[in-house]
Amino acid sequence: MTTATTQTDQTAQSAPFVPVFDSPESQGRKLAIICSKGNLDMAYPGLILANAALGEGVETHLFFTFWGFDMINKKTSGDLKFTMLGNTATHLPQGLGGIPGMTHLATSQMKKAIADLDVPEVPEFLDQIVGSGGHLWACRMSADMQHLTEDDLRDDVEGIISASDFIELTEGAQLLFI
Amino acid sequence: MPTTTIAGHAVEVNDEGFLTHPDQWSDDLGSELARLIGIELTDDHWKLVHFLRDDFAHLGETATLRRVSTQTGTPIKSLFDLFPGKPAKKMAYVAGLPKPKGCV
Repeated sequence: MTTATTQTDQTAQSAPFVPVFDSPESQGRKLAIICSKGNLDMAYPGLILANAALGEGVETHLFFTFWGFDMINKKTSGDLKFTMLGNTATHLPQGLGGIPGMTHLATSQMKKAIADLDVPEVPEFLDQIVGSGGHLWACRMSADMQHLTEDDLRDDVEGIISASDFIELTEGAQLLFI
Repeated sequence: MPTTTIAGHAVEVNDEGFLTHPDQWSDDLGSELARLIGIELTDDHWKLVHFLRDDFAHLGETATLRRVSTQTGTPIKSLFDLFPGKPAKKMAYVAGLPKPKGCV
């Protein structure tokens, strides 16, 4: 108690102790996340980290490539799946994953677990990221390979750009490949 | 636990400066906390701050940005406009609550 009293006496005369929200060191921080997977379980890490970074005031860019296109393709964005096949982390016999309907079941269960945490589905999560100031970019080569144009993608995708363009616009950024 | 004096009130804060006793908070103190971080509270701010206070009183934890948005019907973009930079943390600070723990 004596210590607390002493601190009161000391701090009472000085300026209030206030959190530092905008320290100069954190200004200009940028994060680039490359989303290359189209599985439900592999879509979330990038979304969660992007959302967290934006909440910390970090300029955030997501680049969707290869199977990651499924996250921003209007036809597939809300229909990503989770499969047990090839995923030993379910700790179930791999043969089970091949039973018809099993991917559907596993997907429903994962979606429910995610919804129970009040975490949005992929399209809504991307709405939130864009609302928070995040930038979405699509990969030129993936678009060409899958014969997709901007019309097939979410309207808030800012452009279909080359890998070089992405590297250029994320100069100085920290980078995550998922 | 350090103590600091804000608007004439001695309050206990953690090592980052967040209030550690939500019951030491009042509307007057909230205005001053906001002023200290460069925010002038409008009715729109107060609606969110009071939601955070009520929600914390019921659940015992600080609402995440998503929860604030969905529960108050405020678009995420507006939350960033009202509490620029780090809205979840700034809102919690002004409301005299701990930083939110949730990831989303």
